[in-house]
Amino acid sequence: MERLIRAENLGVTLGGRSVLEGITFSAVEGELTGIIGPNGAGKTTLLRAILGLVRIRAGKLDVLGVPCSRLREVRPKIGYMPQRQSFEKNFPLSAADVVAVGLLSPSAMLRRIADQDRSIGAALQSVGMEEYTRRPFKDLSGGEQQRILLARSLVRQPVLLLLDEPNAGLDFPAQQSFVELLQKLKQEKGLTILLVSHDLVSVASAADQLVCINRTMHIHGRPAEVMNSPYLDQAYRCQFDFLSMKEKRGAAGE
Amino acid sequence: MSEILAYGFMQRALLAALLVGILCSTISFFVVLKRLSFLGAGISHTALGGISLGLVTGTDPVLTGSIFAVGTAMSTGYISRIGKISEDTVIGIFYASGMALGITLISTFKGYYPELFALLFGNILSVSAGDLIYMGLALVVILVFVVLFFKELLAICFDEEMAEAAGLPVGPLYMALLAAMGLTVIVSIQLVGVVLVAALIVIPGAAAYRLSSNYRGMLALSLAVGLTGSFGGLLISYYYPVPPGAAIVLILAAIFAAAMAVKPLLEKRGPAKG
Repeated sequence: MERLIRAENLGVTLGGRSVLEGITFSAVEGELTGIIGPNGAGKTTLLRAILGLVRIRAGKLDVLGVPCSRLREVRPKIGYMPQRQSFEKNFPLSAADVVAVGLLSPSAMLRRIADQDRSIGAALQSVGMEEYTRRPFKDLSGGEQQRILLARSLVRQPVLLLLDEPNAGLDFPAQQSFVELLQKLKQEKGLTILLVSHDLVSVASAADQLVCINRTMHIHGRPAEVMNSPYLDQAYRCQFDFLSMKEKRGAAGE
Repeated sequence: MSEILAYGFMQRALLAALLVGILCSTISFFVVLKRLSFLGAGISHTALGGISLGLVTGTDPVLTGSIFAVGTAMSTGYISRIGKISEDTVIGIFYASGMALGITLISTFKGYYPELFALLFGNILSVSAGDLIYMGLALVVILVFVVLFFKELLAICFDEEMAEAAGLPVGPLYMALLAAMGLTVIVSIQLVGVVLVAALIVIPGAAAYRLSSNYRGMLALSLAVGLTGSFGGLLISYYYPVPPGAAIVLILAAIFAAAMAVKPLLEKRGPAKG
């Protein structure tokens, strides 16, 4: 399997402050990589570096076979879903209008986008929202809005999908449903997915590998390995107890 | 109506109301969606400094006011991005500084400047053919910009981070939108004056936003509200002893109040189709 992202000793400085230092990992084609770490760990900055939105100070980053200096060439093949707070929730757009935003690019400026309706329909169908095309976006539930935003990041049929805390603010069933949808997309479309999440249990169950950072690299590997590693506690500066409620009740003899 | 059209000054005023109505409604759409309402008020008050400078130096006050308005709008955008300070904070500084400059310059006036009173409170009835040409040019430039980059501007208003990730030139487009806003403010000052101009670039979009759940409907409604306000205010001031600028703003305020009242009734009847 090809490695679609290769980061070696990656360093990023923002406003004179080192945000990322010595980040090394790779994302394999068709796999879901979970990016975890505490608040302020630099997870979003890592995604922005992969998108070419922040300048890399040190190390090496190859995305889809090209170095970071030529990321513009492969940008259309990367789908991106920013954090929920990045968009205006009461904006007067229909679900289809929101998905259409994903078709915009420098090359599409000053011209009509070909096959727009077909692309939007296919993207909405891929997330099971084809019946919501004309519904006002602001009237949808949080979970439905997330699916529409996912459709927006899929509308250009990317090979690499970057998701920044897509589950934040959703209730448990909506989170579960969203993770299942990601698994389905990964299998059906062969997508390579980078998923930033604070929900360690959920991301560990969905991911093929986890990358744990806190400004520097702490650990990366298969989920079971990372979740049982002392480096995880070190990154979060706390001790984790991943026993499920069911197991805890069993241990208490209930 | 034919009686009104018999007067040259009213013909020019009606044409000015049409041009400014379209211009303000279009910009108002983006002002409301991008939450730039305070910036509109700030630009107009900052422009007072430029207008006063023009009057004192004997330069065209509309030209100096335009330079100040566009310069303020673009500087606000630039400083807020570079310094990571909110636009509201930056415009709060420009707002007061521009007014202070205006007041200082006005205090040095030795003669009587009737233009100053007109620019402070507006006088649509004194619009000249030259003013109309300036308004027409501003309308053409701004409409061409908006039509060419409408979908990109809409994307920036909805989700700037996504627009940036898509590789769109977010910074230049945003600065151009702010410049268009500055130009719109200075053109509209001739209708309603520095003090009231913010209403023209906020209320049409705000009323339309309240009533529509679709951007196409919102844009159309914004145009309808803007034109109703500018024509309605002008006609009222023709028949009654009310200053046209104040009449325009009061009609717009009444439409906004009506939109607030009507919205719950529309929601009871079913989802907005707008």
